[in-house]
Amino acid sequence: MTAAQIKPAPVRRSVFVKCSPEHAFEVFTAGFDRWWPKGHSVGSTPQRAALMELKAGGRWYEIGEDGSETQWGKVMIWEPPHRVVLVWSVDPDWNCDPNLHTEVEVRFTPEGGGVRVDLEHRNLEAFGARAEEVRAKIDNEKGWNSLLKMFAAQAEL
Amino acid sequence: MTNADRALSAIADPTRRQVFERLAAGPRSVGELAEGLPVSRPAVSQHLKVLKEAGLVADRAEGTRRVYEIDPHGLGALRAWLDQFWGEALAAFKAEAEKDPS
Repeated sequence: MTAAQIKPAPVRRSVFVKCSPEHAFEVFTAGFDRWWPKGHSVGSTPQRAALMELKAGGRWYEIGEDGSETQWGKVMIWEPPHRVVLVWSVDPDWNCDPNLHTEVEVRFTPEGGGVRVDLEHRNLEAFGARAEEVRAKIDNEKGWNSLLKMFAAQAEL
Repeated sequence: MTNADRALSAIADPTRRQVFERLAAGPRSVGELAEGLPVSRPAVSQHLKVLKEAGLVADRAEGTRRVYEIDPHGLGALRAWLDQFWGEALAAFKAEAEKDPS
């Protein structure tokens, strides 16, 4: 088996929210900008807003302070209030690459007076191919070094 | 520990980070990694073990020696980062959704 055939496990996170599935779905999608951490930005200027268009095929993007738009991906599956699947196209250099296809599925399941929100970020092997390209670059400032810097910053929080 | 915790604590040690940075430049044996580092070979081996368990580094046999390299897909660190990233995002989402849970 070659390395290219190794399929990495998806990243999975869950959270329990005390509200209805309808409300949770609405906040997650239409209200995306109300909760998305402002530091989670890929644009070249500080982020003014992070938005998604509320339909299958809609864009998922951010607007910078200067008005420029940076697309993160798109809405792939739109099933309110149960499920939304987003395409995440942000590469390991933290730039948007329209050819990069990883998926973020978010499911909303009623559970004892609230809703369980399960998030799965999958198709990470697509990152793998890109990560190898990044590592192959002579410019080591990008790719792993930037990851290391991020790690250091996170570790010092 | 989550993936993120494991990777973060692995990389938090300065010597281990140096080992990891050297591997970022290309595959190395334990002996090559120990050269120029102020620690013994066994200590380097121990650091590699921690990095391996954190999913950051992989090893393979090359002839008679063992060569270490960054996880073939470079995904250990990326997965750990995403794990942390989505954890923070979902915590913020929960706080917002519970503000006015109509």
